[in-house]
Amino acid sequence: MSAGAAVLARELRLALRSGGGAGLGLAFFLITVLLVPFGVGPEPEKLATVAVGTLWIAALLACLLSLDRLFQADQEDGTLDILALSPLPLETLVALKAAAHWLTTGLPLVAAAPLLGITLNLPAPAFPWLVASLAVGTPGLSFLGAIGAALTIGIRRGGLLLSLLVLPLYIPSLIFGASAATAAAEGRDPGPAILLLAGLTLGIVALAPFVGAAAIRLNLR
Amino acid sequence: MGLLVEGLSCNRAGRPVLEGIALEVPDGGCLALRGPNGAGKSTLLRVLAGLLPAASGTIALDGIRLDRDRDGYGERLAYAGHLDAIKPQLAVGENLAFWAALHGGGDIAAALEAFDLAAIAERPAHVCSAGQKRRLGLARLLVAPRRLWLLDEPTVSLDADAVARLLAVLREHLAGGGMAVIATHADLGLPEPRVLRLAPLAARAAARHTEPFLAGDWA
Repeated sequence: MSAGAAVLARELRLALRSGGGAGLGLAFFLITVLLVPFGVGPEPEKLATVAVGTLWIAALLACLLSLDRLFQADQEDGTLDILALSPLPLETLVALKAAAHWLTTGLPLVAAAPLLGITLNLPAPAFPWLVASLAVGTPGLSFLGAIGAALTIGIRRGGLLLSLLVLPLYIPSLIFGASAATAAAEGRDPGPAILLLAGLTLGIVALAPFVGAAAIRLNLR
Repeated sequence: MGLLVEGLSCNRAGRPVLEGIALEVPDGGCLALRGPNGAGKSTLLRVLAGLLPAASGTIALDGIRLDRDRDGYGERLAYAGHLDAIKPQLAVGENLAFWAALHGGGDIAAALEAFDLAAIAERPAHVCSAGQKRRLGLARLLVAPRRLWLLDEPTVSLDADAVARLLAVLREHLAGGGMAVIATHADLGLPEPRVLRLAPLAARAAARHTEPFLAGDWA
């Protein structure tokens, strides 16, 4: 097994074992979305207008939940020192960890979104585009979050600071992701928004490993 | 070729911790770092590992300079610090298998055997005792062949039997031409270890300038 595959397999295994937090994001997503009808009211028309925005914002917050431990857990038990000395470049490490975070947090959200769309009376034409926008957008959330996690490694209770750092950076993904699904719901062409979202995500995935690795190097000193 | 360090100094949080360190460890040589708490033993080990930047001086391992070829330098050493780098959710064997795979696949069975961990290989690491975790942390040294071992208080929480196993492993490493730099308070009983005594810089400064005002240290 190559070094990269070993890191990815370990990340997935840790996330799925007790205390790993893979199920937490999904559970948080479900409960947040299910609370909305209690606050907004049960009228189907009202819910339909807020459905896309609710699902996207709940997905952003659910992504943040397990991010603060992405590197901090490794730093606390000394693993990060050994990883930094290993033949694996830190950039690859950041990319693998962000990818594992998406597989265990982002992907389940994408899968659960259609079900929750029903509870919010999401218009039928919007379903495939909501799933598509989340599938295309959430990898960018995990990779942007990895930058925040790398910056807040050494900070106790860094999760709150991480949210403040990362949530503003999520705004472009939120705008394009939500507007793709909204356009489909209103009978307009969702193509341009989803393409812009895809470009945004690709840019983030390409750049975030380098920024994250630089932040880890600063924190190791 | 060995490890050669000249004129090394290091600052932490703006204060000098190490100054003018020079040391040499030949092939098969072992250097013990001694000194009271806070003398900079752990800092020196982290600088030698490349985890902390040196403020000045040169570090070369087998002629490869740390500041010129980081990767080439890094793949010749193994570092075992205070923390054992163990994931509590994973079993003992899984922890070791990960480190072996990360470093290109070493012999896990032999490493488990060397530190008497074979019987608890299936046990989750979170139920292991401190000594068992330390043995697992040290077993990591054996899964990838490395020229230089940097060990920070390796005998902490080890029983007499485990210390004997560590010594056997160390002797074999040194006999094979490997090098070791070990920060320790205990007498390891290794054959002819070189010793580097570190004193806290603040204490050394006080000894040098008995009258700080005259020595110009008042500012």
